[in-house]
Amino acid sequence: MRLRLVPQETDWNFFKFWKITFGASVLAVIASIVLFFTVGLNLGIDFLGGTTIRTESPAAVDVGEYRSALAELGLGDVAITEVFDPSFGPDENVAQVRIQAQEGEEAITEQNIVTVEAALQEVNPEIRFTSVESVGPEVSGELIWDAVLSVLAVMGAVLVYVWLRFEWQFSVGAVAALIHDVIVTIGIFCLLQLPFDLSIIAALLTIVGYSLNDTVVVFDRVRENLRKFKTMPLRQLMNLSLNETLSRTAMTSFTTLIALIALYILGGDVIRGFVFAMIWGIVIGTYSSVFVAGTILLRLGVKRDWSKEKGGDSPAGTQFTSSDA
Amino acid sequence: MLKIPLFTRLVIIGLVLAGLIAALPNVFYDRVETHNDALRTIETAGATAEAEADASVWPSFLPANLVNLGLDLRGGAYLLAEVAVDQVYGDRMDAYWPEIRDALRSERDTVGAIRRVNAPEGQLRLQIENADGMATALQVVRNISRPVVSLTGAGSNDIEASASDNVITVQLSEAERVATDDRTMQQSLEIIRRRVDEAGTREPSIQRQGADRVVIQVPGVGSAQEVKDLIGTTAQLTFNPVVTRTTNPNEAPGPLNVLLPAADEEGVYYVIEQSPVVTGEQLTDSQPTFDQNGRPAVSFRFNPQGARRFGDYTQENIGSPFAIVLDDEVISAPVIQAHIAGGSGIITGNFSVPESSNLAVLLRAGALPAEISFLQERSIGPELGADSIQAGTIACIVGGIAVLAFMWASYGLFGFFANIALIINVGLIFGLLSLIGATLTLPGIAGIVLTIGMAVDANVLVFERIKEELKTARGPARAIELGYERAISAIVDANITTFIAAVILFTLGSGPVRGFAVTLGLGIVTSVFTAIWVTRLIVVTWFERRRPRTIEI
Repeated sequence: MRLRLVPQETDWNFFKFWKITFGASVLAVIASIVLFFTVGLNLGIDFLGGTTIRTESPAAVDVGEYRSALAELGLGDVAITEVFDPSFGPDENVAQVRIQAQEGEEAITEQNIVTVEAALQEVNPEIRFTSVESVGPEVSGELIWDAVLSVLAVMGAVLVYVWLRFEWQFSVGAVAALIHDVIVTIGIFCLLQLPFDLSIIAALLTIVGYSLNDTVVVFDRVRENLRKFKTMPLRQLMNLSLNETLSRTAMTSFTTLIALIALYILGGDVIRGFVFAMIWGIVIGTYSSVFVAGTILLRLGVKRDWSKEKGGDSPAGTQFTSSDA
Repeated sequence: MLKIPLFTRLVIIGLVLAGLIAALPNVFYDRVETHNDALRTIETAGATAEAEADASVWPSFLPANLVNLGLDLRGGAYLLAEVAVDQVYGDRMDAYWPEIRDALRSERDTVGAIRRVNAPEGQLRLQIENADGMATALQVVRNISRPVVSLTGAGSNDIEASASDNVITVQLSEAERVATDDRTMQQSLEIIRRRVDEAGTREPSIQRQGADRVVIQVPGVGSAQEVKDLIGTTAQLTFNPVVTRTTNPNEAPGPLNVLLPAADEEGVYYVIEQSPVVTGEQLTDSQPTFDQNGRPAVSFRFNPQGARRFGDYTQENIGSPFAIVLDDEVISAPVIQAHIAGGSGIITGNFSVPESSNLAVLLRAGALPAEISFLQERSIGPELGADSIQAGTIACIVGGIAVLAFMWASYGLFGFFANIALIINVGLIFGLLSLIGATLTLPGIAGIVLTIGMAVDANVLVFERIKEELKTARGPARAIELGYERAISAIVDANITTFIAAVILFTLGSGPVRGFAVTLGLGIVTSVFTAIWVTRLIVVTWFERRRPRTIEI
């Protein structure tokens, strides 16, 4: 007997509660935007500028002690967090010290790092600094811009590609799903106050790619069925397409999740935030390709007569007739 | 029907084998690294028994390309530096001032007295007494300008002069600025490279980024501070009086003198006076050239202050040797032939043409042409890197096994076929990474894990399709054929879109994120290849041998 994630034959009505699912997505997007403007992201030094120092010592980390040692230096906002990971041995006590960018300094000054390291060494002579990272405000500004630009560039490219391969309605559905995924992911990072750095942008773009992957597979089936069943109402046809691809959607999401969960648990704390974003994105992306992209496509309606395209008398991708039943 | 032409089969098998062989060195990472290092030593320092033994630990007929480990995995320092290229404009204008002044003096009758007045950085402002002589004065200044020597700036001159009332403003032309910036950057890169090389670590990488930035990556150093100290060392070029020349490395130099080795002759040492006559900070230029007898030589030019001191010294010491010392080595010790006035001269010696140009580079490289500031830095301890590799490897193995088990449980024999393809897929990713010399970073490992998860997608699409086709098609052969045929469009569309994301990530991303984009992009290519061709080949081969009446997926 084979393992089945979903029954062999399904006939689920994905759009029975479309108002609820779509409404939930809209709500989540609004909540995320509100969170973004009220609570805000816990931006890492990549975007804010500043310095992070990772310390390791055989002795336990006393955050209060560290903080008071650094408070005397007058470096402004200093955040100290202890880092835990199951892979650490008993004499591996790791902490992350974050120092904000110092006012009026274009570039990073070595002085700060040296004084911080000296102050910490005084508290804990055995402390080692396993990684130090500093970003000047000039670069951090550029990194923010590059990040925004890359997300927009991916969306733009997708919009065009899906439009060329399908129809504009598909394109709108796919991009709406992507925007939904990105915003909701940013929302969860605001809500949980997880550090948001450059690697999270990479995760966001991967989510975009993955969610799209799902959406495109569903759309591809919808297009095929549109040609096959010329008179079937769109709603029924989309349900059929979703049910037909459901087994694949579940399999792929599940295998990807297995691999990512292994990485989340075993991959060490350095990339945990990054992997979290991806796991979240896979779940959200799978959901959105059905309930956001699908719903929008259903509402917009699509061109039904695909046979003419081969005749070549109409330019592909620009003509449509709304025939939402 | 269900057939793959022999030629296609051979190509598929050939590609898989080539990829796997390219990946092979990574399995024996330490051994191959020893081998590669030994080869490099033999190439640069000649063969020794030890190096030969090290080189033989890996057979030379096998590929020896390894995946580069990023700094976050190997440990090391990354620095992003910015060169203040504008600073050079000011120096250039200062250098022009005497020339312009002298030229204007010869037209004293029309322009009257001239005076340099305060000007913004990078500009030279002159006030002339007779505003009526402005046209002449401008002409004189413009006559001094030289054509720009660069590909893009051809046809324009290096300085521009404009007048208002009785003030002439001279500044570098746009084309000359571009050419100057380029020279400044090249010079800075040379100097940084030379200084970082002194750290003696494996393969430091110094690259120009954009107009005025330099990315410096040095694996194996403990902190970025070490690298900064190296780069920050100010000019070590000096010109010192020579006391004696000797071959005794232990000779006592005497008070206020130092004993330094000669760079060009083995076993030769010079005792020189400790305090230099002039230093590299006072050198403005140095170029390879030829002396009056046509022998290669190196020309140099000092700034006014250096020129005066150099002139005075050479006048008093004709016939004595003079040591040119760079980083505690005597580069050459020419004998002063004549009083060198005007601050420029040539160094002759037993140079070959490459040697003279090399020396010119070294002389120019003495001091950084402009200030360098550090915008970003990252240093990762080697232990943290090793921990990350270990954690990443374990995660890959556990995740991989879980995916394999799950695929096998879901699709049985076909799942097993897909698993073979998945293992080949990971091998191919490593093979490609090694071949193109890409760098594996921690996010890159995440990219591989993600690919393991996603690589099965194309197979799943095909298998699910075959399952559907089995319901309607006549016979399993037809179902398999249709399954592949009809799943292709979804596979291609789905993967191209993800590939677009990877390309954009690569173009706009930096550092470790780029490493992620590389493995993600390569992973997409290899997973599509293995799903469409490798799995299909396995399935078809199996089908031909067994000829099953029914298949179960």
